[in-house]
Amino acid sequence: MIQPEERMAAALARLILDPAAPPARHVAVGAASPIPAAACWLLRKLGTPIRLSLLHRPRGNPFSAGTRELFDLAGQGRIDLFFLGGGQIDGQANINLIGTGDWPGTAARFPGSFGSAFMYLVTPRTILFREEHSPRVLVPRVDFISAPGLSPPDVFRRGTAQALLTGKAVFRFDAARGRFTLASVHPGETAESVRAATGFAYDAPETVATTADPDPEWLAALRGPVRAEMLETYPEFCRRVWPTA
Amino acid sequence: MPLVSVEELADLVPDGALVALPPDNSLVPNALVRALIRAGRRALRLLGVPVSGYATDLLIGAGCVAALESSGVTLGEAGVAPRFLAALKRGTLAMTDATCPAIHTMLQAAEKGVPFMPLRGILGSDLLAHRPDWKVINNPFAPGADPIVLLPALAPDVAIFHAMMADDDGNVHVGRRHELATVAHAARRSLVTVERMSPRNLLEDEHLAAGTIAAVYVEAIAIAERGAWPLALLDEYAVDSAHLAEYARLARSDAGFGAYLDRHVFEAARRSFA
Repeated sequence: MIQPEERMAAALARLILDPAAPPARHVAVGAASPIPAAACWLLRKLGTPIRLSLLHRPRGNPFSAGTRELFDLAGQGRIDLFFLGGGQIDGQANINLIGTGDWPGTAARFPGSFGSAFMYLVTPRTILFREEHSPRVLVPRVDFISAPGLSPPDVFRRGTAQALLTGKAVFRFDAARGRFTLASVHPGETAESVRAATGFAYDAPETVATTADPDPEWLAALRGPVRAEMLETYPEFCRRVWPTA
Repeated sequence: MPLVSVEELADLVPDGALVALPPDNSLVPNALVRALIRAGRRALRLLGVPVSGYATDLLIGAGCVAALESSGVTLGEAGVAPRFLAALKRGTLAMTDATCPAIHTMLQAAEKGVPFMPLRGILGSDLLAHRPDWKVINNPFAPGADPIVLLPALAPDVAIFHAMMADDDGNVHVGRRHELATVAHAARRSLVTVERMSPRNLLEDEHLAAGTIAAVYVEAIAIAERGAWPLALLDEYAVDSAHLAEYARLARSDAGFGAYLDRHVFEAARRSFA
């Protein structure tokens, strides 16, 4: 049986490979991101020539000055793709990692903005990723903007969200229109169930595709060499997703 | 440089000081943090460089902290930082939100001795509205409109971290965690704990010199074996995940946190002095 995490990793891998998006030669993956890490390892194991900088691994990245060097590299435009999440994400692709209620999060406090306020603007391509797909996460308007999805034309910005992947669906983001379009729903979901679980307005085609399962070659790679690479850093994740591998 | 005890090192951090702390994966001086709690330090202003975790949560819970500036506060795999959240809710902690590269940049400005440095990004983030100390100007080199954020230099009163080793001259080795050099350069003084002493001068070894912070930045050093525990120290020892999970569980309640402090901060020290 295909695990939801395997399907999400494969969906992310397809988004990374999208020929219409800016090239992904150098991808950085943050510490709390096992599924994006799995997607990147999958592409590497299948022979895609991408450079991976894994921030959580002492030897998984080229940095000898921690994240200071990561941000310097990104500032120059030398990180092509980054993943961001959010306690809240809205229909204009704004993300909120600060909290809800009054500043700085009197109702619910999220961990903080980390590098998002910088990375979202200086990175040519961002994939938004959040497993929880619910009206409390996908909101009409975030309470606070950690990092904006859109910027006025005079603000220096290399790119924005390409897509949003959740535990239920894939959305594409159209920066010109400032709006998401439903691209596919995962097996078990429908256009209606996704609409009901999404707090922001978005477009959808008349017939919505189902998110493709990873093919046997991808599945074998995920369960073999990808798992082996991930085991040291994400032991809990590997035990949960691949208990018998 | 004379060695001092960890307790004496803690005495060099005054109440109310602006104290820079590295993130959980980067040489956190937890033995010194425990000593600060035992010394009853108050009203510290902590700076997460650029984020905060276990040590910050512990100091907040112990009542040592009045203010925190950081880009993120979390225990990582162990979950949320419970004492940080409790203090925010009670209104006993003044929180200043930042974003990681801004903290690095403010320290780099202090390191260079310039009053400010520009940084891309941040425009459009609500962080700006809550940071009156961050200014926006137009790039004076651009032919047209090009707004850019200016960040003020930030010099911590004290930087504290746990290094792998020190030599008799007071040079300290941090390996590949070279971002600590930025903090040490920017801070008015650095107080360092180390696992052990090196028999030879670290700066005279071509391989070790690049990962070494020179004694010119270091005010005092104490030996603290396993001084980063329960966090990791480079390739010397790994993070004690079971302990962090226990902390995360206990620190959810005031009583649980009190029991944790008694056991791991106060009693543990009495045992080691006995």
